[in-house]
Amino acid sequence: MQARISTDDVPALARGCAVLGTGGGGDVRAGGLAARRAILEYGEVPLVRLDELPEDALILPLSGIGAPTVSHEMIHAEDEPVRIRDEVERIFGRPPAAVMSSEIGGGNGVAPVAWAARLGLPLLDADAMGRAFPEVQMVSMYVAGVPANIVIMSDVVGNVVTIRPVDGLWSEQIARAVCVASGSSALMADYVLTARECRGAVIEGTVSRAIAIGRATEGAQDPLAALQDELGAVRLITGKLTDLDRRTTGGFVRGTVTIEGTGDDRGRTLGLEIQNENLVAVEDGRVRAMVPDLITVVDTQAATAVQTEGLRYGQRVTVLAWPCDPLWRTPKGLETAGPRAFGYDLDYLPVEKIAP
Amino acid sequence: MSERPDQRRRLRVGIDVGGTNTDAVVLDETDSVVATAKRPTSPDVTEGLRAALDAVLAELDDPSLVTRVMLGTTHATNAILERRSLGRVAVLRLGLPATTSVPPLSDWPADLRDVVAAGAAIVRGGHFVDGRPIAPLDTDAVKRFLADVGSEADAVAVAGVFSPGSADQENQVAEIIRAELGDVAVSLSHEIGSLGLLERENATVLNAALYGVARDVTTALQDALDSRGLKVETFFAQNDGTLMAVDYAARYPVLTIGSGPANSLRGAAYLSGVEDAIVADVGGTSTDLGVLVGGFPRESAAAVEIGGVTTNFRMPDILSIALGGGTMVGAEPRSVGYRIGREALVFGGPTPTMTDAAVAAGRGTVGTHGVPDQWRVRLAEAVARADELVADAVDRVALGKADRPLIAVGGGALLLAGRIPGASEVIRPRHAEVANAVGAAIALASGRLETIVPTGNGNARAALIEKAKEEAAARAVAAGADPASVQIVELSEIPLSYLPEPAVRLQVKAAGPLSR
Repeated sequence: MQARISTDDVPALARGCAVLGTGGGGDVRAGGLAARRAILEYGEVPLVRLDELPEDALILPLSGIGAPTVSHEMIHAEDEPVRIRDEVERIFGRPPAAVMSSEIGGGNGVAPVAWAARLGLPLLDADAMGRAFPEVQMVSMYVAGVPANIVIMSDVVGNVVTIRPVDGLWSEQIARAVCVASGSSALMADYVLTARECRGAVIEGTVSRAIAIGRATEGAQDPLAALQDELGAVRLITGKLTDLDRRTTGGFVRGTVTIEGTGDDRGRTLGLEIQNENLVAVEDGRVRAMVPDLITVVDTQAATAVQTEGLRYGQRVTVLAWPCDPLWRTPKGLETAGPRAFGYDLDYLPVEKIAP
Repeated sequence: MSERPDQRRRLRVGIDVGGTNTDAVVLDETDSVVATAKRPTSPDVTEGLRAALDAVLAELDDPSLVTRVMLGTTHATNAILERRSLGRVAVLRLGLPATTSVPPLSDWPADLRDVVAAGAAIVRGGHFVDGRPIAPLDTDAVKRFLADVGSEADAVAVAGVFSPGSADQENQVAEIIRAELGDVAVSLSHEIGSLGLLERENATVLNAALYGVARDVTTALQDALDSRGLKVETFFAQNDGTLMAVDYAARYPVLTIGSGPANSLRGAAYLSGVEDAIVADVGGTSTDLGVLVGGFPRESAAAVEIGGVTTNFRMPDILSIALGGGTMVGAEPRSVGYRIGREALVFGGPTPTMTDAAVAAGRGTVGTHGVPDQWRVRLAEAVARADELVADAVDRVALGKADRPLIAVGGGALLLAGRIPGASEVIRPRHAEVANAVGAAIALASGRLETIVPTGNGNARAALIEKAKEEAAARAVAAGADPASVQIVELSEIPLSYLPEPAVRLQVKAAGPLSR
């Protein structure tokens, strides 16, 4: 029997996507509400594996693009994906067969359920990051060398913009400029590709993984242990947030967070470098985890993810880190989203080697 | 220098309605406590309020010297939780063609939505983050909506996209409503909440639903005062520990939600004379810990849910632990609650409570009986456990700063040890048992504003921040503050990411003493 995403799955998916957001990726709340409403209005969303689709089926990778604070205020228009689908059909001569999340981490992992429901299409059990990243070119298709042939954007008032960029870096720059003109909120299809092209170029199983992550803490005696177990994560520290230096430069929230250990971790201090997402964890001058591996701050009691913009002095938190998809550990993957891509002069070392 | 006697003797009453007790105090011109009373909170709230008011007035030689009454109450919270006495609200969002993926009231519990919603619509309008309109306001659609649902609605709630930055369309809709429906009550979202459309819209709808409750409580209080021959000004406490005049509270009843913890923190600051401290308010079943920063409560960053509805109110950051004077030793966290006066060992009852444990540990003298010897070991163990719970909670709220004092307030404050790890000292001010009512009586009036300010152009930014300060001050004056002494007490700038030009979210709060 085919898997379907029902309204019951939405809260778990939202929790899981928040964990995979590694501090960024935007709020999951509005996406969750939109997903719930769309399922009630248009029906449950089939969740399909890549190998269930014909070779030439068109996959539509969708994501919201914009400023997180704007996304709390500017709720998406329901018909934004309809205009993108119509444009795809006009250009490719056939409609897309499935929607894919471009970014499973944060709100962009949840909202595709609403978009797929609105379009009456299945959702592909995959995404292009396996986490959240801040820039448009930081996607698996770019790393896998799929040509960045097309970007289609639709905004809240109904404008549709089609970009034919020369590469992923240009698609980031032009898409960002279009987004600003649209009020810092838009829906974007980045790459339209066939199921054949998706093989090896997307990260599979991430939607069902997000739901499993969300389910793991449901009713658990020890939610933190359950989450850590489900993720296969290393616990970097349990403590309280004692310093927070946050500033905006170049359109990103950057900052350093200091967490002082409590309980068994008393006497230890972990520093976390942030650029929207949590990127590098340092203890006593030694790096214990770094991007593209995943680093998430969670509430110690509830094991719910704390986003970068929600970090506050005094929070009782645990920092978890776990390995990214192998694709990100290839030379091209590290060049695209390794520590140096974010300006840290560090040679990447896998979390499982440096964290314990 | 001589003061006129009637000036010096002008009195005011502070009342705080809590979950277990309703407390009342009388303060004189010099803010000295001259009378206190504690009565059980009644299920309808109003009866307990009258009883506490009567009890405290009975302490006075001449109740006619009372000129002001400040009330912190749970009427609004109870009305929402019990889905009772709520008005029917027509909900109008300005945002089409945007925002259709999550229509108004999408996240409301169905039973509350059924009680409150008289209809909802999204019409063309709203703004972008940079102030451009999403669409011109569709005044015809507004009129059609009002014609459809206006007759069924007790009030109208209006929420426009980015209205905290661009309020003109919401104000325009208010004028249309007045023209079409006469003097029906209107809640505008830019006056109620901060950025975050769904949360602000929810708060605005709750506010509109509470107008009737506000009228009822105002009338009940006025009746109680009239029947005692008191001619006084009345004020309501709000969630940030400040006051609003009664006509202001009638327009913003939702702001009264959560005033209790704020009052307790402010009262603790006043009674102790300490402005930066941890406050532990020990009640019958629980202890609430909060932090005072510059005399005001530290606020929580988390979203606040009221009756299942998510709002973006800023509430005091409170950590509650299940430890109170009535907590049953050996059956924690259960509490004998208000029955402590006949259940506890020190009152000759059969049940060992944390109050008995505190008395046995020599932390105070309460009650009419000694603690029987056979309980001593178990009570000593209970005290040790309680001390650990408190020390851990203090550590959790203290943010690693161990140099601040802890102010112990509330009816069960004797439970707390004389020294607590994480606090420089433990202060036990006089009248600590009614700190919350004192907090209501001494509170300032305030106004707050949240908006987005671009930071690229230095001069324009300074002018916009100045304008925001003026608006916050004007709101404080509208809430009852003395125009001559209003001050900006809080100004925070939070940088925003992914915007074309650098911008900050600006939050301004102004407060001042009530005008004479």
